[in-house]
Amino acid sequence: MEHLISLFVRAVFIENMALAFFLGMCTFIAISKKVETAVGLGIAVIVVQTITVPANYLIFNLLLREGALSWAGFPNVDLSYLGLLSYIGVIAAIVQILEMLLDKYVPSLYNALGVFLPLITVNCAILGGTLFMVERDYNMSESVVYGLGSGFSWALAIALLAGIREKLKYSDVPEGLQGLGITFITIGLMSLGFMSFSGVQL
Amino acid sequence: MAQPTVKEVLFNPVFNNNPIGLQILGICSALAVTSNLKTALVMSIALTLVTAFSNLFISMIRKQIPSSIRMIVQMVIIASLVIVVDQILRAYAFGLAKQLSVFVGLIITNCIVMGRAEAFAMQNPPMLSFMDGIGNGLGYSVMLIVLGVIRELLGAGKLMGFEVLSLAKDGGWYVPNGLLLLPPSAFFLIGLIIWGLRTWKKSQVEAPTFTIAPQVANQEAH
Repeated sequence: MEHLISLFVRAVFIENMALAFFLGMCTFIAISKKVETAVGLGIAVIVVQTITVPANYLIFNLLLREGALSWAGFPNVDLSYLGLLSYIGVIAAIVQILEMLLDKYVPSLYNALGVFLPLITVNCAILGGTLFMVERDYNMSESVVYGLGSGFSWALAIALLAGIREKLKYSDVPEGLQGLGITFITIGLMSLGFMSFSGVQL
Repeated sequence: MAQPTVKEVLFNPVFNNNPIGLQILGICSALAVTSNLKTALVMSIALTLVTAFSNLFISMIRKQIPSSIRMIVQMVIIASLVIVVDQILRAYAFGLAKQLSVFVGLIITNCIVMGRAEAFAMQNPPMLSFMDGIGNGLGYSVMLIVLGVIRELLGAGKLMGFEVLSLAKDGGWYVPNGLLLLPPSAFFLIGLIIWGLRTWKKSQVEAPTFTIAPQVANQEAH
């Protein structure tokens, strides 16, 4: 249990998806102009990440890994090169299902998220979470916790950035640096701040 | 809409419509792999090839793809290309592949590939789309190589692993700036490059969302 809690804390602060690994940057920058939309997107990412990481864990361990197909009578088959293709397929399918479910049962959230939902498919933070899970060989409970933690870390980062950007529009930024340029520098400073967590021993 | 010429398609993305500087596409990998020039170069080549060929193939079948499942079809094509690149890297440059870690796989979700497939290849003939892929890959590569050169040269005094500036700790004169090897420096550098690019090409400047009122009362605040 203690191990899982420390994994969660590590995923949120020390290995922050957006500010330490720079994953999901495109949406991170494009959709952080308002706090409300940023939080909505953040929640959607948490949900999708918590479902996809364990789902991909199951696929990797039951179908793709070397020797994983021994239950079907193929002990020598190694399909791990098909990994990328299957993970992205799973992610696309889950996002699609989530979109339909939300449309039917929670239309208010569906309307609030709008175009952001399909965008999650191409959010590198989601695929990145899965790939890190495979690379680090997490087990089932670890991958659930890691999915939740990494989704939460991304949501936290985008909410923080949106808060800063809302205030930033009242400041007198030099022409040419306005918009994208100053956003990059802001994120750089935030990520320097998050680097101070890297000394924390868990 | 007039058909864009090959030259426009090939060279516009380099400065006028840079994928990283203006379109906000493909930023993730630009930050993570540029701490030395070698990985930056490999990443640029890989991405240029994937973008070019995915544009080519998607454009070839663009009339057959039903629009409701086009995302998945595009994803499958892109993912297969990335698997090919990944396997080649693992076979011939295993050390580099390990260093790039998950970032080769993440080319799939690199927005440049998907964005160009959606925005250009779905409307244009195959050869032109292929050129557009190469052009956008070039725009991305230029940015990555500039970042890689600055970060490796000033951060470690080396280029491609060869010593260029002799380091102070080995009796030379240059004290390396360790900040440039840390990931946040890439953000500052991209921010500054964008500033430079927009000072040069005025049309890219974004309109301010909120103009600050001029100071009217000619006295100090108190």
